[in-house]
Amino acid sequence: MAISTPAEVPAEVEIVPAAEVPEVELYHAKSWVTKYVFSQDAKVIAIQYSFTAIAIGLVALVLSWLMRLQLGFPDSFSFIEPGDYYQFITMHGMIMVIYLLTALFLGGFGNYLIPLMVGARDMVFPYVNMVSYWVYLLAVLVLVASWFVPGGPTGAGWTLYPPQAILSGTPGAEWGIVLMLVSLALFIVGFTMGGLNYVVTVLQARTRGMSLMRMPLTVWGIFVATILALLAFPALFVGAVMMTLDRLLGTSFFMPAIVALGEHLEYGGGSPLLFQHLFWFFGHPEVYIVALPAFGIVSDLLSVHARRHIFGYRMMVWAIVAIGGLSFVVWAHHMYVSGMNPWFGFFFATTTLIIAVPTAIKVYNWTLTLWKANIQFTVPMLFAIAFIVTFLNGGITGLFLGNVVVDVPLSDTMFVVAHFHMVMGVAPILVIFGAIYHWYPLITGRMFNEALGQFHFWVTFVGAYTIFLPLHYLGFLGVPRRYFEMGETSFIPESAQTLNEFVTVVALIVGFAQLVFFFNMAWSAFKGKKAERNPWKACSLEWQTPEMPPGHGNFGETLPLVYRWPYEFGAPDVEEDFVPQNVPPDQVITKKGPEGLPGGAAVQPAE
Amino acid sequence: MNLFQQLTEKPWVTAHGTVVAFHAGRAFALPTAKIGLRVFLAVITVLFSLLVVAYAERMAAADWRPLPEPWLLWLNTAMLILSSVAFQWASVSARRGHGDGVRVDLLAAGGFAFAFLVGQLVVWQQLAALGYFAATNPAAAFFYLITALHALHLLGGLVVWGRTTAKVWRGVEVEQVRMSVELCAVYWHFLLVVWLVLFGLLLFT
Amino acid sequence: MVVAIALVLVGIGTLLFHFMSPWWWTPIASNWGYIDDTILITFWVTGVVFVVIMLFMAYCAVRYRYQEGRRAEYRPENNKLELWLTGLTTVGVVVMLTPGLFVWDQFVTVPKGAAEFEVLGQQWQWSYRFPGKDGVLGTSDVRNISDENPFGLNPKDPNGQDDVLIEDSEVHLPLDKPVKVLLRSIDVLHDFYVPQFRAKMDMVPGQVTYFWFTPTRTGTFDVLCFELCGVGHYQMRGTVVVEKESAFQAWLEEQPTFAQSLAEAATGTGDALKLVLNEGEADSPERGSAR
Repeated sequence: MAISTPAEVPAEVEIVPAAEVPEVELYHAKSWVTKYVFSQDAKVIAIQYSFTAIAIGLVALVLSWLMRLQLGFPDSFSFIEPGDYYQFITMHGMIMVIYLLTALFLGGFGNYLIPLMVGARDMVFPYVNMVSYWVYLLAVLVLVASWFVPGGPTGAGWTLYPPQAILSGTPGAEWGIVLMLVSLALFIVGFTMGGLNYVVTVLQARTRGMSLMRMPLTVWGIFVATILALLAFPALFVGAVMMTLDRLLGTSFFMPAIVALGEHLEYGGGSPLLFQHLFWFFGHPEVYIVALPAFGIVSDLLSVHARRHIFGYRMMVWAIVAIGGLSFVVWAHHMYVSGMNPWFGFFFATTTLIIAVPTAIKVYNWTLTLWKANIQFTVPMLFAIAFIVTFLNGGITGLFLGNVVVDVPLSDTMFVVAHFHMVMGVAPILVIFGAIYHWYPLITGRMFNEALGQFHFWVTFVGAYTIFLPLHYLGFLGVPRRYFEMGETSFIPESAQTLNEFVTVVALIVGFAQLVFFFNMAWSAFKGKKAERNPWKACSLEWQTPEMPPGHGNFGETLPLVYRWPYEFGAPDVEEDFVPQNVPPDQVITKKGPEGLPGGAAVQPAE
Repeated sequence: MNLFQQLTEKPWVTAHGTVVAFHAGRAFALPTAKIGLRVFLAVITVLFSLLVVAYAERMAAADWRPLPEPWLLWLNTAMLILSSVAFQWASVSARRGHGDGVRVDLLAAGGFAFAFLVGQLVVWQQLAALGYFAATNPAAAFFYLITALHALHLLGGLVVWGRTTAKVWRGVEVEQVRMSVELCAVYWHFLLVVWLVLFGLLLFT
Repeated sequence: MVVAIALVLVGIGTLLFHFMSPWWWTPIASNWGYIDDTILITFWVTGVVFVVIMLFMAYCAVRYRYQEGRRAEYRPENNKLELWLTGLTTVGVVVMLTPGLFVWDQFVTVPKGAAEFEVLGQQWQWSYRFPGKDGVLGTSDVRNISDENPFGLNPKDPNGQDDVLIEDSEVHLPLDKPVKVLLRSIDVLHDFYVPQFRAKMDMVPGQVTYFWFTPTRTGTFDVLCFELCGVGHYQMRGTVVVEKESAFQAWLEEQPTFAQSLAEAATGTGDALKLVLNEGEADSPERGSAR
């Protein structure tokens, strides 16, 4: 087989100098502790972030079972008091959104994949990166501590709306809420440290040839999500600090004059809506902080396993950027019925529905990637397709809630619960599973068990869809969210309770099915088949490291040079159906030999 | 290549692609640490902007009573300006390789910064003595909150200042601390601007 | 193949569930049928997109499943196709948004002549106030609240003297008369919602919010609190009885006015104050003005 350079390559390409990105000063660990505990290696930090996030996420999973038990069988579990129930929903929501999804996508996948995918040896500020994890861990510990203070954790709902959050009619108003706010502030400080790394590494530490438009969409997703997070989290920080002062010092930032449970309180003049604005100015971008990395990762999974380039790469990048920008001007669509000036409704409904356009384009392009592809239904691919289904469903219901007048009857019903679970619970978590399966060989050097993976997929996907689809209809009926029990009403039929029982049972099954996943991960890490190099035949750089799993400094002696985009699948005239980003043009093996190349210009043999 | 061109290139077109094969892999010609600082400053800008917005929002409420403006605030402002100026000198000295100059300038900068912080504490005490506590008056609550957050950021800067100054006094080469000094100078100027905006806000409301 | 079948099943199953589900909105009892119509438009637009995409994916999953040696098509983008899709999506969005905004305009524009009444929310009960003979609600302030004056009305405001106070979770409304519901809370956020009316709004302490609707059929409807308001949130219920104008007037006649309830409290005979806010505490009417 002839080895040749593609024809269009101008002559000067032959003298591409070796990588010239200034070498990062790598911190070389001297002891076991600095290598595995206080490590400055982004890959180790990524694992630390992921394990912590998944551990606390499991707590949230158990909380969701307890909630479902109460909802499904309201009279059977006497140990669940109303106060407990409100603590469960609050902690479940906050943990899942912030401490699991945000931390796992950015701290976990971001740390592991950014340096590898852009061809860097590590993050640009490794020390700060390390501190980021430890501050995050501290935030998690403070959060956990709220179970052990008098009154327990806060039960204010994950939105923590004042005045309720700090008044005595709410569980945990004494200490739980303070610990929650402190924990959030810590999380934000820790995240900012990590976020600086992700952004600056993408901007400044790419290897030669890695232009912005040659970055995998995973990197794009995480990059834009990090920018959103850096700019959005300060709003939550300000809100948290001000509410802490309201609670501890008796200031009235958010507190109007109040008579609570018969007592005149020493507050006055504050605005509860101000907190809601701050919260959602953070809270809506937060949705995309979770969604954009998922968008990016799923694009890569689809492309690799469908053996086809992502369709409309440029449009995908622009859509990510557009969604990121728009996500800052839609926040008040969470507040249509909050009592804010109703005229805002026109503006925010319009911006919200505009954001549907770039989002829809992403969905189209994912499905069009499958068109005329060569789809391998591996476990990561299954999860990627399931993501499209659940995200499509959740996105569609978002169009209901974003359209201001439709939101009026649906807000605060189970429809909202079903919508956001589908769109930012189930869909991103399916991507997380797909991503873990996809990069498992890279991280551990071994393959997972395919059969267990398939089983895990089908139970999780079908189960999750079955749980959340019917809940939308309870919302139509008018079943409110955040109700400890429905009790007697004239408009809710008996069958709704039967549905609740069914959903609870499915939720328990899906929850327990995750044990299969954990078993598979743990068992395969030691006993799994040794993975071959680049087992999925991917083009992006993380699979092209000299060692697998990648070693300290990622790329051995010299950094890779990037010659093409990360989606060179099925290129015409090339022998293999993929060409990695770092293979020089003169080493690409073509089907027809030199003359068959497009352009037909002079071709030099490689040696 | 400008950003628009970068974001519209078709990465799959090989001919075009090889040209950008020379892409240096970095978006800005500045040192990484400076980019890092700028991103961080953007984050702080959002933080303080939101506080200003919240302040303006709250001001509209009926129970807003403006605070007295202690004259000491003017002195504190002067201290912070001097501190910033001293840092600028330190930065210039570092660029020129004047080790002694850097040493003196850093000390002066830190000294003025501490003077500012002490001055702020005294203002707090004065206000408290006049009966303005955080809980009694929303304007006071905002004043305490904003000055405290500003002071915290300055304290963070002083940690870096302390490490840099210690290095200089240990006799480390100027070249090795130059970046730290320059970053500190930028950070100080930024905090000065933030303070001037906040001070202006307090004065005019 | 399995995947394709699953995709088809999920797509068809979702549709079937939609059409066969016994859980659907409650029969409407207000003028907000337009809201239901907007929901239906949204369902049709999004439903078509959902089914088309699901079937398209299922087709791809069968037609382009992996075959050794097959090569995927290499066509990085197709501007024409993408423009068409963007355009069609925009049309879909406009179709959903436009009626939505028109209806919202109606929603926020209270018709002239709508009768006002006030809903007062507190942890965890509802009470109501009608403007009385003069048709004007008196001013109120949380600071005025005391055992004798649970609504916090301004005792010096003449408009408030004839206000009709209903310290009970049941309220009556006249049929076919547009009402502007003024919403006030004295402690935390609440939300006054009757599913059959379709309209709701949060009540926020420190401000008065509103929405309006016209009851269009008689009956007794449940009121639920729709904004988390603490540990008793789920028990915060009430009742709205929609009845003919005459029956409503008769009911309203029986309710005490502010002046009456103050007088009763002064003579100590009133048992209208069973719902006093702080039963456990000593009465201290001056505490309200202590601040």
